[in-house]
Amino acid sequence: MNDRTLDISLTVNGARVQECVEARKTLVDFLREDLALTGSHVGCEHGVCGACTVRVNGEIVRGCLMLAVQCDGAEVETIEGLSDSGGVSDLQAAFEQRNALQCGYCTPGMIAAAQDLLKRAKKLPSRDEIREHLSGNYCRCTGYHAIVDAVEAVAQARAGAKK
Amino acid sequence: MKITDDSPPVLTALDRPNSYIGRSVPRPNLQRLTQGRGQYISDVVLPRMAHVAFVRSPHAHARIVKIGAEAAKKAPGVIAVVIGAELVKVMTPWVGVLTHLKGLKSAPQAPLAVERACWQGEAVCAVVARTRAEAEDACELVEVRYEELPAATDPEIALDAKTPVIHASLGDNLCFERKVDVGAVDKAFAESDAVVETTFRFGRHTGVTTEPRAVVADWNEGEQRMTVYHGTQAPHMMQNLFAKHLGIAEHQVRVLTKDVGGSFGIKVHTYADEMATVALSKLLKRPVKFVADRIESFVTDIHARDHRIKAKIGVSKNGTITAFEIDDLTGIGPYSVYPRTSGIEANQVVNLTGGPYKCPNYRAQARVVFQNKNVMCQYRAVGHPIAVAVTEGLVELAAAKIGMDPLELRRRNLIPDDAYPTQSASGLKFELLSHHEALAHLDSMMNYAGLRAEQKKLRQSGIYRGIGFASFIEVTNPSAAFYGVGGARITSMDGATVKLDAQGAIIVHTGVTEQGQGAEAVVAQCVASSFGVPIEKVRVITGDTDNTPYGGGTWASRAAGIGGEAAWQAGKALRANVLAVAASILQAKPDDLDIRNGIVVDKDKGTERLPLDELARVAYLRPDTLPPGFQAELMATRHYVPRVWPFAFTNGIQASYLEVDTDTGFVKLLKHWCVEDCGTIINPQLVDEQIRGGVVQGIGAALFEHCLYDERGQLLNGNMADYLVPMAVEMPDIECGHVVSPTADSELGAKGAGEAGTAGAPGSVMNAINDALRPLGAQPLTDMPFTPDKILGALGKV
Repeated sequence: MNDRTLDISLTVNGARVQECVEARKTLVDFLREDLALTGSHVGCEHGVCGACTVRVNGEIVRGCLMLAVQCDGAEVETIEGLSDSGGVSDLQAAFEQRNALQCGYCTPGMIAAAQDLLKRAKKLPSRDEIREHLSGNYCRCTGYHAIVDAVEAVAQARAGAKK
Repeated sequence: MKITDDSPPVLTALDRPNSYIGRSVPRPNLQRLTQGRGQYISDVVLPRMAHVAFVRSPHAHARIVKIGAEAAKKAPGVIAVVIGAELVKVMTPWVGVLTHLKGLKSAPQAPLAVERACWQGEAVCAVVARTRAEAEDACELVEVRYEELPAATDPEIALDAKTPVIHASLGDNLCFERKVDVGAVDKAFAESDAVVETTFRFGRHTGVTTEPRAVVADWNEGEQRMTVYHGTQAPHMMQNLFAKHLGIAEHQVRVLTKDVGGSFGIKVHTYADEMATVALSKLLKRPVKFVADRIESFVTDIHARDHRIKAKIGVSKNGTITAFEIDDLTGIGPYSVYPRTSGIEANQVVNLTGGPYKCPNYRAQARVVFQNKNVMCQYRAVGHPIAVAVTEGLVELAAAKIGMDPLELRRRNLIPDDAYPTQSASGLKFELLSHHEALAHLDSMMNYAGLRAEQKKLRQSGIYRGIGFASFIEVTNPSAAFYGVGGARITSMDGATVKLDAQGAIIVHTGVTEQGQGAEAVVAQCVASSFGVPIEKVRVITGDTDNTPYGGGTWASRAAGIGGEAAWQAGKALRANVLAVAASILQAKPDDLDIRNGIVVDKDKGTERLPLDELARVAYLRPDTLPPGFQAELMATRHYVPRVWPFAFTNGIQASYLEVDTDTGFVKLLKHWCVEDCGTIINPQLVDEQIRGGVVQGIGAALFEHCLYDERGQLLNGNMADYLVPMAVEMPDIECGHVVSPTADSELGAKGAGEAGTAGAPGSVMNAINDALRPLGAQPLTDMPFTPDKILGALGKV
């Protein structure tokens, strides 16, 4: 450790991680470069596009607006962890079935954001509410229609399963 | 894999048993991407890999007096600091011209600026370091002394005597000029009952791929080979260009594409910083990686549009369009982009304007001029959004002027569906289009009469909704007429190699590339159908010049129509080979056998004779049991290139329904429809999603996207907070419909569908806004993007 680096200890996808990181390093660069978790993507580096969306202590955050050192002691979940946990498998299947992704670069962030909406929603979200919630995640390929269809289908399926 | 069979069960010659043609088969590579387990070029890491960052010109035009690199060279982690004069010794400059665009001229462009920077953002010095962060740190220590030169930024005055000439060797700032004059235009205008004249403007915008451009170049000094991991649409084109400008042979270059995070035409060009990265790898004999950051994307990814078009239409009282006339002026930056040139968009505007209509009188002029802004080149739908918006804008203004319904005016002028083959006034050859059937389909799909009634009713309560249309044609499946005849080494052909593996599965290598549009699915569908296996048994490999057939890649809506046909034919060829083996084993005649669902069967009764895994086992592992002299050939290659028609034109019509808030100038999109005809539909879901994605990119151009420059050539909004792209909440649901007019140029009959959405959306949104505001007496809006301030301006409120 020197005056530019700090030791951090955190949990990433359930595994304990101890690393010495540069203080200036963003969370998404740390995940991608130090931990080789390349499922989180860098799009705008500006907090706008949502390609770097990950979960920190249960809340979705922009991996490009948070520093790795701010995650000392935190629980971080990336698309790799979300996938392996099975918690978003219905969303993933719906995205695949509905072709709600083309290049796939926005998809990990989009799925994390969609999961956040569905977990918080007290009632079935409308198409407008789905569009509103996903507006922090840019997709240049699909035009969003298919993404809204996929999320809506999962929302309905989950609501049906609860009944 | 679950197959969603949502297509109508219309049987055609393509409907072999277990055909996948016309079925919405999910794409084979999606799970990898939904799980974050794709591999994009920005993810690639190699042993000894270094990172390059670039020092870029802050000026639109400046002489580079001196580059002081000493401090940067001593910075932590720095491996090399390289300037333009050093790099041209490794990689030669290039000039973006095509011989069939007569008179088109440009100046040599080098990997790094030498002596002079010609736009804000042009790279002038490369810093290679262990990490990107260290490279960027050291860039800040590079001292560049510039002498600022006068910048030519406004196309309107680019050709004036007082405007500085950007490249003295060219003599002036004119890159390319084209004129067309067909029929009797002056006479037609003179005899028209009404003439509408206006000026359309199309703001500069860009592709904003979510993954920026990325390249990892790996020169192996021991092998004397360059491997380039490159997020590109055209690997064989890039193989040629890297080899040519490094002075090595094509077989010494391998280009691998991996997953690509969005392309849209952005990633099919030669970029100086990518060429520099390749040159640096050769110079330093180690892998070098470059990933553009977002500001670099905005100042160096090709921009598009930026056209000013003076336009005129004549119409008679009975609604007959008598003449079209346009004068297009476009600024393309300081260089024509290599190798496709920056003359194509204006050339397409001239080709396509008026294209859906039978009007025989047409005059066009296009001038393409140099300027000190970022370069412009082909982005999704090249020229189409401009030609369509101009044509359709004129048509609806003319309809309003003579008091005729805009769909009715189209009905009276669109080329009749029984008139084919025919050609446009500009000379485009049409094999078979369906404008009238598409229009009728749209009319009923959107309940046009009902919407008009709703619109009228709401106006009484001060709610201003508009309905706008755009008929369009789209260039797809280009033959060598597009680039090959102009001398560019860009093939219009594509190939597929299909092999049976030792367990009876099928491996396909194809020259087309996957950019997310679903090329792999389409190729798999074609092979599975023509060969006769379940699609799960087909694996498709793309994007590797060492291993795939020579091909053009993905551009101009060609992957399905051309790559799909090659795959279809290769599957058929392998089927014949496999049936020869089966006949030999079964002592039957090949003609009496077929392959269905992965099993060799009797053609007549479908009786199961031999599973493919057993056939493969015998052919590969027990060839000794086959008759003497018989050799099994379990790999087949076929190529395809359109030969009969230079392009397979598609057609369609879009409609936009929207509401304008006359107090704020905000536009709320309510619904969008598109009926299009791309011939045989291989995968209905993928076609619809190409349309929808394309429509939204077109809406972005109409309402939000604009690269704003000041008069000194400084980009003012080079980030995604200030440059607006469509968000989910602003976009409408988009309904798609189809008419099917196959091309007879191929057995499949498929045309392209990748750009139709982008072609028609801006014009239909523009027309809908003007339709909404017409009762308020607003001046028609013709200056994209239609931001709230422009709308309030048209209403006289600001």
